[in-house]
Amino acid sequence: MKPPSAAPASKPFVEDVEVAGHIIDSLLLPKILDAIMAHKGTFEIRKITVGQRRLDPSYALVQVQADTGEQLERILNTISVHGAVPVVTSDCRILAADVAGAFPEGFYSTTNQRTEVRMHGHWIPVDLQEMDCGIVVDVDRQTAECVPMLDVRIGQQIMVGHAGVRVFPEERSQSEGGFEFMDSPVSTEKPKRVAARQVAEWLVRTKQLGGRTLIVGGPAIVHTGSGGYVCELIRRGYVHRLFAGNALATHDIEQSIYGTSLGVHLERGDIIPSGHEHHLRTINTVRRAGGIRPAVEQGLIKSGIMYECVKHNVDFLLAGSIRDDGPLPDVITDAVVAQRQMRTRIRDVTFCLMLSTMLHSVAVGNLLPAWVQVVCVDINPSAVIKLADRGSFQTVPVVTDIEPFLRALVEEINRLEAALKESVSAEQEIVAS
Amino acid sequence: MNHSPPRVLMCRPDYFGIEYEINPWMDRAHPANHELAVHQWESLHGILSGLGAAIELVEPQAGLPDLVFTANAALICGGRAILSRFRHPQRQGEEPHFAAKLEQLGLEVVRLPNDEYFEGAGDALFCGEGLFAGYRIRSMARSLQHVATLIRVQIMPLELVDQRFYHLDTCFCPLEPSQAIWYPEAFDAYGQQVMRANIQNLIDLTEAEAIGFAANAVVIGRHVVTNTGCPQLHARLRDQGFDPIETPLSEFVKAGGSAKCLTLRLDGEEAAAWKRSGDHEAVSGIRFIDK
Repeated sequence: MKPPSAAPASKPFVEDVEVAGHIIDSLLLPKILDAIMAHKGTFEIRKITVGQRRLDPSYALVQVQADTGEQLERILNTISVHGAVPVVTSDCRILAADVAGAFPEGFYSTTNQRTEVRMHGHWIPVDLQEMDCGIVVDVDRQTAECVPMLDVRIGQQIMVGHAGVRVFPEERSQSEGGFEFMDSPVSTEKPKRVAARQVAEWLVRTKQLGGRTLIVGGPAIVHTGSGGYVCELIRRGYVHRLFAGNALATHDIEQSIYGTSLGVHLERGDIIPSGHEHHLRTINTVRRAGGIRPAVEQGLIKSGIMYECVKHNVDFLLAGSIRDDGPLPDVITDAVVAQRQMRTRIRDVTFCLMLSTMLHSVAVGNLLPAWVQVVCVDINPSAVIKLADRGSFQTVPVVTDIEPFLRALVEEINRLEAALKESVSAEQEIVAS
Repeated sequence: MNHSPPRVLMCRPDYFGIEYEINPWMDRAHPANHELAVHQWESLHGILSGLGAAIELVEPQAGLPDLVFTANAALICGGRAILSRFRHPQRQGEEPHFAAKLEQLGLEVVRLPNDEYFEGAGDALFCGEGLFAGYRIRSMARSLQHVATLIRVQIMPLELVDQRFYHLDTCFCPLEPSQAIWYPEAFDAYGQQVMRANIQNLIDLTEAEAIGFAANAVVIGRHVVTNTGCPQLHARLRDQGFDPIETPLSEFVKAGGSAKCLTLRLDGEEAAAWKRSGDHEAVSGIRFIDK
C-alpha cells in the first residue's frame, strides 16, 4: 500500500515532451524512450495516438523524469534531436497586484494539485499548494507560492493566464491495493470492516514513518459514545493534531464533568433532570478557568478527548460558528483568523481523518494539498459528496455510523500492533539464534 | 502512366570550388582542380543525356560554389518541390535560385518555416511507398515529419551517425521500389532495423567503396551511374540485372558530393512507388505539371 506522503513524484525534475509523425514503424518513439533510459531517466507516456492507416501520423506525449536538473537537460537535448520537443515553451505571465486583498483580473486560480511555474525557462515548484488561491511569484529569488485572495498585498507579483504553468494530477493509490474497492461513487453498501482495516494501516504507517495525522472531528463522536476510541488513538500516539468546533469540545468536556452529552447520560442513555443545563454550565466552568488547558491543569477536566490532547501535547484548534453557545475561550471566533491558523497548522499533515463533521471537513479539505490522503467518515453521504465536489478528490469516503467504525478501527490497530510485535520478536529470535 | 523522358536538374560548375569547410571532406588546403571538375561534370552530363534524360540547368552563381549540388535543391513529389532550408549559412544563399528555377519549371514550390532544416533529395529518398530520410547532421527530425505531413507520405526518419555520410544520399540509394544500395554503418541500430524491415533487397557497400561515394549514384531506368572505384558494387549491380556506369568525379568528392549530388530528378526517382503508379494525386494531392 502506498503510504501517505508529502513527496508526490518519484523523480523531481520532469518535462512533458511531445513527438508527432511517423514514430512507430520508424522506431523513433522506442529510440526516444531508450535514450531517456540510457541517460538514467525515467518516462511516463501520458498520451499516445497511433495512426490507423499507413499515412496517418501518430502522436505521443511523454513525461521525462530525472533526478537532477542537469540530467533532465541532457536527456532533453538528446531526444530533441529525434524530434521530441517540450510542450510548454513560454514563461508564466505576472502582473503586480494593484488592490490589497484582490488579485489582478485574469489571475491564475490554483488547484490543490502539485503545480510548477516556468520562470526564465526553468520550472519552479509552487509552495504552500492550496486550491482556489492565486500564485505569487518572486522573480529575483525564483520562488512561487499560493496566496489566498484576502492576503494579497499591493505590489506582489501575481501570476495571470495559463501560460507557463503545469499541474501534476495526483496518482491515486488504488492500484496498489489500497482503497480500490471503494473507487466508486459514494455508497452506504460497502464493507466497513475493510475500510477500518485500511485506515488502521494508514494510521500505523503514518506513525512509523514520522508523518502527522490530523483528526477533524464533529460532536457526533461524543454523542454516539465513541469519544473513548479517539482518546485511545491520542494516548497511543496516532493523532498529532485535532481540528474541531465549539461543540465537540463542549460535549466532550460535559461528558468528563457530568457524564452527559447535551444532558443525555452516555452510559445509561436517559435524560438527566436539568441535564440541558450541563452544556452551558460546562462552558461557564471552562470560561471561569480561563480555557481548556487551565481547566485540565486545575483538575476540573479529568478525562475525554480534550483532556488527552492537553496531556499528550496534541495541538488542537477550535473554530467557531455563528450558533455556538459560549463559546469556550479556546474557540477562534473570527472565521478568517481561524482559516489562517488552520492553513499554517496543516502544513506538516500527511494523513487526515475526518469524522462526522461536514463544515469542518469541507473547510480543511479546501486547505489540504491533493497529496495528503484524506478519509472522510460520515453517516450522511452528502458530507463526502460535498468534499469531492469541492475538489478534494483524494478523499476516500466511508459512509457509516461513527461508533462502529471507530470501534473497528481500534480493534484493527490492536491487531496490527500485535502482528508487528510478533514479527519484531521473530526477527530478534533469528538474530539471537 | 507518365511516359515523358527522365528530367534532371543540374548546374554547371562555373563557380564550383572548396571555399569553406562544412563537412569532413572539404579541406581548403586541398582545392578542387577547376578544369578537371568541369571536364568531369561534362562527362556526367553527357552520360545522362545519352541515357535519354532531358537536362534542365540552373544558372551558376558566383559565391555559391555548392549550387552545383542540385540534389539539395528540394524534394520532388508529384508536382511539388519542398524547398530546402539549408543548415549552414554558406548554402542558404542557394535557396532563392533553386526556388526560382523550380517555379520556372512548373513545380509548386513549398517552403518550410525558417527555424527548420531540410536538405531536399540529399536527405529524403523514396523507396517504394516510404520516404526514407536522414536527420541529425543536416536535416532535422522535426522537419522531416513536417515534410511527410505536407506531401502525405509515410516517412522513415533515420539518424545518420557518421559525419562522413552527412546526407542520406551519401550512404543510401534506392534502385527500385524494393531494392537499394546502402552502407549500414552510416546508420544506428534502429535505422538499420528499419531499413531491413522495409526494403526487401539491400546491397551492402564495403567501407572502402562507401567512402568512394558509391552510394551517391544516379539511377535512370536500369542504368546506375556512379563515381569510379566501386567494382564490387558494379559486380553486384550486374548480378541484379542493372547496368552500372562509372565516370570519374574525384573533384566533386573533395567537396563531399558525387553523381547523385550533382543531379535532381524532376520527374521523381525511379524507386518512388507514386511515380510508377502514376497516381500522383494519391501522394501529393497535386497533379504533375508536365511542361
